Amino acid sequence: MFPRPIQQASPGFQWMYRVALPIALLVWLFPLLGVAVTSVRPASDLAQGNYFGIPSYLAFENYGDVFRNTPMGRYILNSFVVTIPTVIGAVALSLMTGFALAIYRFRSNLFLFFLFVAGNFVPFQILMVPVRDLTLSFGMYNTYWGLILFHIAFQTGFCTLFMRNFIKALPFELIEAARVEGVSEIRIFWYIVLPLMRPAIAALSVLIFTFIWNDFFWATVLTTSPQTQPITAGLSSLNGQWVAAWHLVSAGSILAALPPVAMFFLMQKHFIAGLTLGAVK
Amino acid sequence: MTSMSRVLNKPVGRALFSLLSIGLLVWIAHWFLGPAVARSVAIGGVSGAILVYGSSVLSAALRRIGNQPGHALYPAVSAINRYWKANQRRLAPWLFLAPGCLMFAVYVIIPIFQSIWISFYDWDGLGEAQWIGTANYAEMASDPNMVTSFRNNILWLVLYMLALPAGLLIAIFLNQTIRGIRLYKSLFFFPFVISQVVVGLIFSWFYAPGFGLLYKVIEGITGQGIAILADPDLVTYGIIAAGLWPQIAYVMILYLTGLNNVAPDQVEAARLDGAKGWRMLWYVILPQLRPATFIAVVVTVIGALRSFDLVSIMTSGGPFGSSRVLSYYMYEQALSEYGYRMGYGAAIAVVLFAIMMVFISGFIWKMWRDETER
Repeated sequence: MFPRPIQQASPGFQWMYRVALPIALLVWLFPLLGVAVTSVRPASDLAQGNYFGIPSYLAFENYGDVFRNTPMGRYILNSFVVTIPTVIGAVALSLMTGFALAIYRFRSNLFLFFLFVAGNFVPFQILMVPVRDLTLSFGMYNTYWGLILFHIAFQTGFCTLFMRNFIKALPFELIEAARVEGVSEIRIFWYIVLPLMRPAIAALSVLIFTFIWNDFFWATVLTTSPQTQPITAGLSSLNGQWVAAWHLVSAGSILAALPPVAMFFLMQKHFIAGLTLGAVK
Repeated sequence: MTSMSRVLNKPVGRALFSLLSIGLLVWIAHWFLGPAVARSVAIGGVSGAILVYGSSVLSAALRRIGNQPGHALYPAVSAINRYWKANQRRLAPWLFLAPGCLMFAVYVIIPIFQSIWISFYDWDGLGEAQWIGTANYAEMASDPNMVTSFRNNILWLVLYMLALPAGLLIAIFLNQTIRGIRLYKSLFFFPFVISQVVVGLIFSWFYAPGFGLLYKVIEGITGQGIAILADPDLVTYGIIAAGLWPQIAYVMILYLTGLNNVAPDQVEAARLDGAKGWRMLWYVILPQLRPATFIAVVVTVIGALRSFDLVSIMTSGGPFGSSRVLSYYMYEQALSEYGYRMGYGAAIAVVLFAIMMVFISGFIWKMWRDETER
């Protein structure tokens, strides 16, 4: 193990490590903690210049104000309406593409695989103008489906990489045995491979949920009104209106951060397994 | 067997049940969330149901008719069945690939070429596009904003690389087994989970002149606060620092996973040979962390060149356009109050794409080599 386990160090050093840990964490998360405290600081404190002291009382009404005076509830709803179908669609499509690329040998296999991988890395801007036009011509500009369809298509790149590598690591003998028994290819996919994919599906779902929830660029390009804007775009436009109303900005930020954070803490193991795929051989 | 499962075992029962539940969902959505959401739910539910039932009904019919030699369609169906049986291993991959490839082609692959095409036009997005050859690229060469954006992109790329040593350092710091360390690891990873929009707002607050925390600290030390986001010379560094925060967290988690899988016997052997500290890290640990390092480099380079959210949220490219990067400048030209110059915007995007392609080809080349070696 590297570095040397702390248990082998001198008691003084161990003690230092235990003290250093929380201090380092505090420094690391300091900006976030500041915003969290500001989100429950009453506006009167800010007006009197009490930016860093203890809030004179816990002003949870800031959150109420955000919901009452802005379409925040609507933004959060929009984010869910866009994110959930995207997760389902991207996972479903990539299960199939990943299966095809992992199991079958055909000449363009690696080419297609790397096309998906490369497409996943391209800058969004090279897609912006044509995708916006396409969405307009489908009549989907400023609708949920405009965003959902694009996100499904784009995320299929990353998801295919993930699924293909996962299926490739399954024992191939399973599939060969099924073929010998005369099981059709579609049934092999449905009854043999799919049940083994549960951990991959869970990992990918939490990852894609976070990616799509946090997407800002496409939200600003493909939606324009509070009826459809997800929370990232909504927060950005609210930020323009709330000049110097930092208690509201903070409350809004915390609200926008909550769902992916909850997702992460609930599904931590899957989340990290998904992110670090390929980090070990 | 309960009556419910008896209903669900018949195709008609299943169809009725799903129609009912889609209807119920649409109704709930309509009632609580409004007609727009209800429409989405309806479209999604019905098309999904048609897809699933259509394919299952079709395959059931093919199988049934295939077993009835007297049926009028028997010759055709049995020919299809025989063809499928004989060729399914050749056909199946394309069947599985079709929907994914179609979506990916329509929304990702084809638009890349369309963008390159548009970059040779003068187009406001609405009227007639006019072919102007390479005039957009010629204009770019003498556009001072391009120079700023380009310089900032390079700055992003170079400084973002700091995420690697920083992430490794934190990973080494946290790679212990004491009580509660798991919670520490997740909390250190926290910034990556948060949206870049929120990170941008958090750091704007952190830098805010007059009361921002960093401003106060600097004021306390030097007697004179610095408004980082209003200073053309410092603004890009300020934004990059904000971007590094989640990026370091990401690299850290990659290295933590890597460190977890370092072969203990090699480390012990090296220890017996007297290796420790830097030499141990450099000669024994880092070579074993190579896969993690590769992924960390990939995500960091891509992250640096994709930087858009933070610039947009924290400064909108300002002050005086000094914090623009190519991705933001492109957006400004093509889609914001500065005008709808789709052609020029597309040309900027092509340049950014070309820069990224250099890196992407490198990554793909390495992955290709690993893949074919196996």
